[in-house]
Amino acid sequence: MTGAFRFSFIAAAVLMLSAESFGQYQPWNNPGRAPTASRQEPAAAGPAPRRDLTGIWDAGNSGINGTGYPTPPLTPWGEEVGKTHKSGNGIRMVPMAEVNDPLSTMGDPTGFPRIILYELRPVQIVQTPDSVLMLYMFEKRWRVIWTDGRQLPKDPDPRWYGYSVGHWEDDYTLVVETIGTDERTWLDNAGDPHSDQLRVVERYHRLNQTTLELSVSLDDPKTYTKPWTARDKLPLRLIPPGTDLMEMIPSATEAAAYRRSMAEPSK
Amino acid sequence: MKVLLITAAVLVTAVPLVAHHGAATFDTEKELTLKGTVTEWIWANPHCFLKFDAKDDTGTVRNWVVETQNPTTMSSRGWRRVSFKAGDPVTVALQPVKNGAPVGRIVKVLLANGETLIAIGSQPDAPLPQQPEK
Repeated sequence: MTGAFRFSFIAAAVLMLSAESFGQYQPWNNPGRAPTASRQEPAAAGPAPRRDLTGIWDAGNSGINGTGYPTPPLTPWGEEVGKTHKSGNGIRMVPMAEVNDPLSTMGDPTGFPRIILYELRPVQIVQTPDSVLMLYMFEKRWRVIWTDGRQLPKDPDPRWYGYSVGHWEDDYTLVVETIGTDERTWLDNAGDPHSDQLRVVERYHRLNQTTLELSVSLDDPKTYTKPWTARDKLPLRLIPPGTDLMEMIPSATEAAAYRRSMAEPSK
Repeated sequence: MKVLLITAAVLVTAVPLVAHHGAATFDTEKELTLKGTVTEWIWANPHCFLKFDAKDDTGTVRNWVVETQNPTTMSSRGWRRVSFKAGDPVTVALQPVKNGAPVGRIVKVLLANGETLIAIGSQPDAPLPQQPEK
């Protein structure tokens, strides 16, 4: 290793550690770096506004979990489905030529709840009189959460992102229920399976002006032996409203290029 | 161009990687450093990858394909869509795949201008020089 190489490597490492010391800072805007102001914690967070979650929220690296989450034991049906999932990480990890993750190898939609369990990148929340819209940076995908008082549909056709309704439990907590998800999707990057009987409850609690806590509970009696909480008060931080989020779209074309150039030769 | 097979079995302090594509494929205990010439840089999800030509120890040119994480993650480490272009000389430290193919994942890259782009790890692979005591 040359002296210059070593020096620049050390310098870059120091810079990286410095960036990490800012907490969960990520330069989500592109082109260019986030404005300096976005790297600074507010001196004191103001009180949470009433029934208002609007803004761009970021859980930083904590929003992403490559190895998956602990789950309850699988049912026999869940075991059988889980065995067919060949993941790139976590408990079902296999060499890359064997991975069959529908997201990374086919460009399938991430689906719900994987979008909030594994790929929770920044999300912009928009509210209308009848709904709450979740605009995810990952996939540039959105969800509609109906808050107009409607009930969840009975025995719905499965959808990649399911059917969601929400209500305000109090002035600072939105509770969202989702059913009707598509069991072709995985729960996370470890290939944890789910069925179309999955019911997910998300709780968005606005702690103050700049912090939103997310808890996610799952119940899928066809796949798991008991309900569980996958995320417990995960903090999301409000990021500047002018942030121009990057595109982060896993396309089928790029997945095929990766398979051709990387996965196939590695067999 | 002479291949520099500088380092093997270097201890790497790696941050946990978020991989869709089977980290089990790579020999994470081994690190090669190769000097070569860029043929293509693909800035894509879920992984970017760099292709470059380098001679092996018999003088045969092999086209290596080496991956990084996604553009979002790499942007936070200073990598860009324009970080490389065909013809650029590079020195690439990489973890190869286990089957001997010219495929791997990037640990770091030294550019011709002296800049180093880091893909894996958050600290140097050698101790910092000690300041002599006065």
